[in-house]
Amino acid sequence: MPVRIVTTHLEFEGQVYEQRVVLEGDEPPVWGPGAELSVVGTATPRVDGRERVSGAATYSHDVRLPGQLFAVGLRSPYAHARVVSVDVSRAETMPGVRAVLTRFSDPDLIDPARKRSILGEEMLFHGMEVAVVVAERREQARDAVAAIDVSYEPLPFVVDPEAALRQDAFRVSLTQANNNASEEYPKTYERGDVEEALRSAEAMVEVRFETPAAPHNSLETHGAVASWDGRTMTVYSSTQDIYGARQQIASALGLQQNQVRVIKQYMGGGFGSKFGAHHSGLIAAYAAKKLGHPVHYMLSREEENLAAGHRPASIQTYRLAATSDGALAAIDLRAISNTGALGSWMSAVSLAAKELYLCPNVRTVDMPVRTNLGTQSAFRAPGVVEATAAMEVAIDELAHTLGIDPLEFRIKNHAPNNQLMNGRPYSTKTLVQAYEIGAERIGWTTRDDEARRFPRGRDGYLRRGVGMASQIWGGDGGPPAQAIAKLLPDGTAVILTGTQDIGTGTRTVLAQVAAEELRIPLAHVRVELGDTEFGVFSPASGGSMTLASVGPAVRMAAAGVRAELLEVVSHFTEAPVDALEVRDGHVFARETGRDFGAISDFLGQLDGHEISAKGMRGPNAEDVTNRTFGAQFAEVEVDIGTGQVRVRRIVAVHDCGRVVNPLTLSSQMEGGIIQGLGFALMERRIVDERLGRVLNANLESYKIPTIRDVPEIEVVMIGEANTRANTLGSLGAGEPPIIPTAGAIANAVAHAIGKRVRRLPLTPDYIFDLLGEA
Amino acid sequence: MPGDTTSSQRTAISLRVNGVERALEVESRRTLLDALREDLGLTGAKPGCEMGNCGACTVLLDGEAIYSCLALAVECQGRAVTTIEGLTQGDALDPIQQAFIAHDALQCGFCTPGQVLAMKALLDRNPHPGDEEIDRAMSGNLCRCGAYPKIRAAARALARQET
Repeated sequence: MPVRIVTTHLEFEGQVYEQRVVLEGDEPPVWGPGAELSVVGTATPRVDGRERVSGAATYSHDVRLPGQLFAVGLRSPYAHARVVSVDVSRAETMPGVRAVLTRFSDPDLIDPARKRSILGEEMLFHGMEVAVVVAERREQARDAVAAIDVSYEPLPFVVDPEAALRQDAFRVSLTQANNNASEEYPKTYERGDVEEALRSAEAMVEVRFETPAAPHNSLETHGAVASWDGRTMTVYSSTQDIYGARQQIASALGLQQNQVRVIKQYMGGGFGSKFGAHHSGLIAAYAAKKLGHPVHYMLSREEENLAAGHRPASIQTYRLAATSDGALAAIDLRAISNTGALGSWMSAVSLAAKELYLCPNVRTVDMPVRTNLGTQSAFRAPGVVEATAAMEVAIDELAHTLGIDPLEFRIKNHAPNNQLMNGRPYSTKTLVQAYEIGAERIGWTTRDDEARRFPRGRDGYLRRGVGMASQIWGGDGGPPAQAIAKLLPDGTAVILTGTQDIGTGTRTVLAQVAAEELRIPLAHVRVELGDTEFGVFSPASGGSMTLASVGPAVRMAAAGVRAELLEVVSHFTEAPVDALEVRDGHVFARETGRDFGAISDFLGQLDGHEISAKGMRGPNAEDVTNRTFGAQFAEVEVDIGTGQVRVRRIVAVHDCGRVVNPLTLSSQMEGGIIQGLGFALMERRIVDERLGRVLNANLESYKIPTIRDVPEIEVVMIGEANTRANTLGSLGAGEPPIIPTAGAIANAVAHAIGKRVRRLPLTPDYIFDLLGEA
Repeated sequence: MPGDTTSSQRTAISLRVNGVERALEVESRRTLLDALREDLGLTGAKPGCEMGNCGACTVLLDGEAIYSCLALAVECQGRAVTTIEGLTQGDALDPIQQAFIAHDALQCGFCTPGQVLAMKALLDRNPHPGDEEIDRAMSGNLCRCGAYPKIRAAARALARQET
């Protein structure tokens, strides 16, 4: 088959990357809005539901191999210190202990991405790895960790991001000239003339808004089980990116990539924190090779919340200006993001300022700064969750200053095209429709009614408010993404991909796509994923790109193998290929409807051979921008006696193109909203600034929502097939729902109590502070 | 000193796990969770926090939902333990498990065994709980994916069923 090399562009977590890909063959035509589909678009319970409810699903934590050892880490109690000596003499002789890894014995245990030893001399944060014990049982490894004697030389540290930016600040590391995350920062973006627009504007607001550091708290922590057989390193990794993990492990151990096999069948959540192998996976693989035994290293909850990443804290200062008739004239943003000790990039905190509303004059300054705290990682819509919360609060205040209804203000400043790409059109944009539907369902026009705002009267303790926020984000995925479809002699299909199902339902939606294209029952399709051994490349499961990347590849592979099937049937029946069609796993004559028999009747005659075809995701359109859009509306109740905020109701209206599975889609939407609710109301990493220590690296005093915090949630999907996106017409849905929730809740709280909100989370103590303000 | 623990000292105990008498020797400090996972190979109960906050390790002890990371195996001598593996009879799933699948009351599934068992304890106690009772009974089991609305829906559907 002729091969094409195509250059295309791919958006991932708010950044656009140029991508050169090798393509073979042609994709089938797009399933347009009117396509008659029976499996795609139908609410379908998960194909692996049985495994997940019965305990049969094996997560990395559950892998048990013969001779397996357990690793436990020793971590720095200091925010910044030098490891002077590590005495392992007692630990090494304890029962069951097989190895104690330290910087002295194992300097070649390296993190290839950062090109540094994992067990280093300079500790940069509370929770950084000092040593690792490998023992026969976990209790034994823990005993030995407690018996290691480390001598530290404490060093001055900085944990406050604004302090870290000052010229005279302590350096996060002795090797750094300043605390900027990299040499490219601070980074400024500007269009138009912001200063002039601010000078001549008729209304202006300035809002300084702080958002907290929020660890992901996937219920399965990071980790892996690694096994070395002398030729191949097999790693069962809790990863969102098996190919990325393979590359890192091979690089760290000096192996070829094809000597490393990474397997991930089930994982207990990732939310962006689990791209690649992570230190735990590199340590497990290193120790397995060194000791010749499988090694299991899964982080404890405390290790997870100290060292396995989090949404970085931000301090955003907006100046917004408008003309008296309500046209947004200027957005000026200074955004500080606390990246932790080894952060090297800035998440999309400035994206909302640049793209969400029509505005000719925009300036953003990205200031990611390092501190002596654990390093940030991507967390579901990184940057844009905290950005949307802050900017939507500022937008509400600007509308208030102008005396314009905040929803009307947003509609008036609706951006019809992509201002970041010289006005390139959006393929579709249904945001105004989302506003209208959401406003109607939440009862926007009655939000100021006396009876609604004061349910117990003006003398009572309850105040209710309604707020809203908008969402803009990517989700169109792109190449490279591959799939192989096989039809087996019994008439069932196997789909091979290299993607991961991180809990989003990927296995189910890919099975639906294949069943639809093959015209066979869903139960006849098996989807294999999460194993590099297949050699079928798929991208990391993140950036809301899985379905839009891998789905079209699966569809093309299925279309290819169906065409091959018809060739086979044509051979046996002597009917021309284009006179045949497949329905419900049988082959029919298109004209007469004659049933030639089941697929297995023909494939069974091939002496046990399978037929197969490859599929590849084609390039992205270069003349339009594909985006997901949405709006969320929140109604809250604030008890001014206790400061408690209770969310009563969320209405979420989103457009993610064609919905393949309304059931799993609604689950993903609800899940994103609930995480957004946690971010708005209760989640916050707490640091003792005097000691540089994290005080709530656990699920006891770091609060995440429980079932009792969950309000009534109404999800409305308004998209139809996006014919410019890909052959499914679908965009990603993983990240959009978490984006506007906190902003909508913050605006609802401000509406309820008539105070300006300046930070998240909206805990009772903070609400009390606000209520006490004049 | 933790390092001075004589880890060879083990106690012989007997647990009735999913209806079968199981004899094992454990250190007194071994949790029920570790005994199930490491000694008996029953990995359905999950270690999410190992300090009694998340509920992923929930099992039934004499019919009551408990956090198995907070129970010592030796405390459970002679008692009946039900794990998620005990809910499936051959190929047949328990009605609660079926309801979880039908209502999509799970995403990544890591907390699901604990959620199912917490709901079983509730419905065994009261087959027709009200909405508030459902929320109260399920509030000790965290789900970071946020499957809560669907968990509620599954519980409400089961609570409405005739017994």
